[in-house]
Amino acid sequence: MKMKGAQAFVKCLEEQGVEVIFGFPGGAVIDLYDELLNTDKLTHVLVRHEQAAVHAADAYGRVKGEVGVALVTSGPGATNTVTGIASAYCDSIPMVVFTGQVPTMLIGNDAFQEVDIVGITRPVTKHNYLVKKPEDLIPTIREAFHLARSGRPGPVLVDLPKDVIGAMVNYTEPKPIKMRTYKPTYEPHPGQVEKACKAILKAKKPVLYVGGGVINANAAETVTELAKKLDIPVTMTLMGLGGFPGTDPLSMGMLGMHGTYYANMAVANCDLLISVGARFDDRVTGRIDAFAPHAKIIHIDIDPSSISKNVRVDIPIVADCLHAVTAMNAWFDQSKDFSKKAAKDQHKEWHKQIKEWKNRHPLGYVEESDIIKPQFVVQKLHELTKGNAIITTEVGQNQMWAAQFYHFNKPRHFMTSGGLGVMGYGFPAAIGAQMAAPKQTVIDIAGDGSIQMNIQELATARQYKCPVKIAILNNNYLGMVRQWQELFYDKRYAHTPMEVAPDFVKLAEAYGAVGLRAKKPSEVEPVIKEALKTKNTVIMDFVISREEGVYPMVPAGKATTEMLLV
Amino acid sequence: MKHTISVLLQNKPGVLSRVTGLFSGRGFNIDSLSVAETLEKDVSCLTLVTHGDEAIIEQITKQLHKLIDVIKVTDMAEHDHVEREMAMIRIKAEAGTRAEVLRVIDIFRGKVVDVSPKSYVVEVTGSKSKVQAIIDILRPIGIQEIVKTGALAITRGKKF
Repeated sequence: MKMKGAQAFVKCLEEQGVEVIFGFPGGAVIDLYDELLNTDKLTHVLVRHEQAAVHAADAYGRVKGEVGVALVTSGPGATNTVTGIASAYCDSIPMVVFTGQVPTMLIGNDAFQEVDIVGITRPVTKHNYLVKKPEDLIPTIREAFHLARSGRPGPVLVDLPKDVIGAMVNYTEPKPIKMRTYKPTYEPHPGQVEKACKAILKAKKPVLYVGGGVINANAAETVTELAKKLDIPVTMTLMGLGGFPGTDPLSMGMLGMHGTYYANMAVANCDLLISVGARFDDRVTGRIDAFAPHAKIIHIDIDPSSISKNVRVDIPIVADCLHAVTAMNAWFDQSKDFSKKAAKDQHKEWHKQIKEWKNRHPLGYVEESDIIKPQFVVQKLHELTKGNAIITTEVGQNQMWAAQFYHFNKPRHFMTSGGLGVMGYGFPAAIGAQMAAPKQTVIDIAGDGSIQMNIQELATARQYKCPVKIAILNNNYLGMVRQWQELFYDKRYAHTPMEVAPDFVKLAEAYGAVGLRAKKPSEVEPVIKEALKTKNTVIMDFVISREEGVYPMVPAGKATTEMLLV
Repeated sequence: MKHTISVLLQNKPGVLSRVTGLFSGRGFNIDSLSVAETLEKDVSCLTLVTHGDEAIIEQITKQLHKLIDVIKVTDMAEHDHVEREMAMIRIKAEAGTRAEVLRVIDIFRGKVVDVSPKSYVVEVTGSKSKVQAIIDILRPIGIQEIVKTGALAITRGKKF
């Protein structure tokens, strides 16, 4: 069937199951935007900055378990997406970003709004394309979606010259995609599975270390089954929160730089570390030579290059987390050497030890009667939403308090920029999450610094009637950097006080949203309750203790056992 | 340790840049690199010499393999193989030295590919050390210009 490239573009998105795209129009993509008016199947969300389009697509995809899509114009539109793309790349988020490009005959001529976006994004995409010929348009779009969602997921960029989307193309029905060079390994090697299971049977002090790969692979339930069957304590990375129920007795919460004392102690003393879909990031490991020094390490990862990249692995399993853990569960179910009771007895001492650590330094904070503690706000948010809200965060102290005190029980309920750490992620992500789950409560836990990085999206939230709630933990500081300055720079607060800030309540009102403020602990609950019942976008401005820190804390470059505890 | 790595790639624009970008972005080193089309028009073969400990070489091969346009990565250290470099050298060759230059070239089984009243252009192929050896011998006579390829490598025997 002959049709215009722009029409084929829309048809391809529909055939890939896309329902919502986030974007911003411009000259190079005007034909695509014109075509979007002809379809009822695609909702386009007009953001106010292209970076927000990508973060929104990121969270939309994560909540839905699908590929998020963003569409922007050439030049500045394209370059504004780079931060969002890099964030999705670090966090292995399936995404396709379409950028407009000047007509092919002008490429390389420094044309108006021309930029080599394929060159710019090469190191931060799973793959990227410049579609030079109309006949390549449809196969490229299909391949881009295939790459984004399969194997280790990631962002794929497709650069579309104006003449290509204006040309006539021949649309044919999609066929299964075969690529000569790309064949991800999903199934685990049975020999490796057996080795891993035998090592687990022998371990007296095992720890399960759950990462974002578990959520990507929809393996949370399967991993939970494994942990419970074997009675293994579980710790999660920032990206893995929700990959195992945070309130389960086996959960030790997060590990690493701001992980719990007991999770870090358990990892430092375990005899077997079973890593599922986690990549041993430096924020988790601290000083590498002191990380899990007594442990045999099993590493399950779909990306072979993640294995033995940062730490030496004893039993690698290259596979999809779901397939690998399913195979392990099946192995134990069939094994004569395994019984639940025996596993429980074998780990008894270990659990006792962990309990002792837990009692010695539980996760907590010092309450004060007249000043709001940020941890208290997060706890209240958890309590009043019954732990069911989708939480997004900005980056910094707000992110860590959210991770520590909102105990995530389900996957796809916590959206944060983990690997890249993008301030300004949380609010557009909340809009994306709300578009994916219109009926759910979505809360962006923010700092007063980072919310200002994409605050213009209040207009987007209002335009699309996204009733997202923004909880600003407002200490008039760039809090995390201030905390480092306090601890390691002799309290020289170089440019971290945010001396001028908007009145967030008035700002919300200026956009037609609702602004609420709490200055005392007693005002926290009424403000949250008011926000939760409001059907509009709400900013909750919590004026918090100015110099509160995130603890425990492992100073950068130290061993994870060298924690600062309050 | 030095490693020669052979990479089969899709022959498309931008692919070489993906490979070199991977090396610079991850802080790996490229000692030499040569690339050209293979028997299949849409496939290129890239021979790359790099160095590093076992863990670095393992990461290099894995990361290369992860590139979507890469078809196959072979670490030549794991195979019996033949490796060659080529150099073209413009050497001063005047009345007093012409005979000596020819003698050296002959010893190294080089070839004169251009002659002028005051110089020769010499072509020589061989292992890295052999190419280096002829350069060292010719240097005192007066080398005016050198161009060299990176290493090329192929496994011995034939996979029939």
